[in-house]
Amino acid sequence: MSRQDVLVTADWAEKNLGTEGVVFVEVDEDTTAYDGGHIPGAVKINWTDELQDPVRRDIVNKEQFEQLLSAKGIGNDDLVILYGGNNNWFAAYAYWEFKLYGHAGVKLLDGGRKKWELDGRTLTTDEVSRPATSYTAIDPDLSIRAFRDEVLDAIGAKNLVDVRSPDEFSGKISAPAHLPQEQAQRKGHIPTAINVPWSKAANEDGTFKSDDELSELYGEAGLDGSRSTIAYCRIGERSSHTWLVLRELLGHSDVKNYDGSWTEYGSLVGVPIEVGTGAGR
Amino acid sequence: MCGAPDQAAALPPGTDLSKETVLAGRVVAGGEPVGGAFVRLLDGTGEFTAEVVASASGDFRFFAAPGTWTLRALSRAGNGQSVVTAGGPGLHTTELAVA
Repeated sequence: MSRQDVLVTADWAEKNLGTEGVVFVEVDEDTTAYDGGHIPGAVKINWTDELQDPVRRDIVNKEQFEQLLSAKGIGNDDLVILYGGNNNWFAAYAYWEFKLYGHAGVKLLDGGRKKWELDGRTLTTDEVSRPATSYTAIDPDLSIRAFRDEVLDAIGAKNLVDVRSPDEFSGKISAPAHLPQEQAQRKGHIPTAINVPWSKAANEDGTFKSDDELSELYGEAGLDGSRSTIAYCRIGERSSHTWLVLRELLGHSDVKNYDGSWTEYGSLVGVPIEVGTGAGR
Repeated sequence: MCGAPDQAAALPPGTDLSKETVLAGRVVAGGEPVGGAFVRLLDGTGEFTAEVVASASGDFRFFAAPGTWTLRALSRAGNGQSVVTAGGPGLHTTELAVA
């Protein structure tokens, strides 16, 4: 993997808006951003109810993913360019899910909606409709998804990267500062985890930092390159951003996203929890 | 959930300003409101804490904690920042000019 296999620039995107076989997809938690103006030709995916099962706490299954992509008019051979707000958090989560179900051609628009808007590039409210396809997914690739038992076994054995803010990591707060506080029963972090907030991997305009800067960031934080890695946050979207950095941009070989993240771990009975700045540093 | 809440000027029902420290304000350029700016909350060490998109009327707010914060706005009309010191819980408002 190299950066060109994972990311496209806003310039590239603008030149390829009408290109046959390229499908732009905006992914947000709240799709009012899309409705107020989106990249021309882009379809929308709602993170909350289209990438997750509406009833069980889980990502959509293979059949649901197939139905979703078919309905959106995305074919197996299409090159999908994902972008979104919140510094591409939910677009990165979608990227992870597209990879999980074996979509070959998927890339992220570097900088997402923010850079596109700051550049003053075209947004439109035109309705987009694409003819339905008959999409076929593979069984989920569990080499990139971690579950809770595996996370427990990883304590002291693998790199655990907690990508939440320092105050969430230390147990001072349970959710990001701009959001109502909610969720897990306990605060803190998984013992032996290192804390590298996702934001350290991004520039102010939402683009990813350079490979050299990223390598230095995780090296200095104590990430052991010879070990496997599991990334987590609160609900699995910020950790998708870091998963993408470690596995797709830096090319680390065994990196999983723990999408259960702190809302699951911090509610489990009997598991070890550490508070404070941690022993990982 | 992890999306930014509605950035309208009114505080959500149930906000207890005797306990919550709310940083709110408006992004302006030449005295006129700037809608849709990206407003970043940086802590006392300059570290990124949170980011929201200002409403069409330029309004934004954060649920923070007492302390010194930097508010930084990025917009098509330019960028700007302002330091806010919240001595305790309550509503702390600021005008954030970009140029």
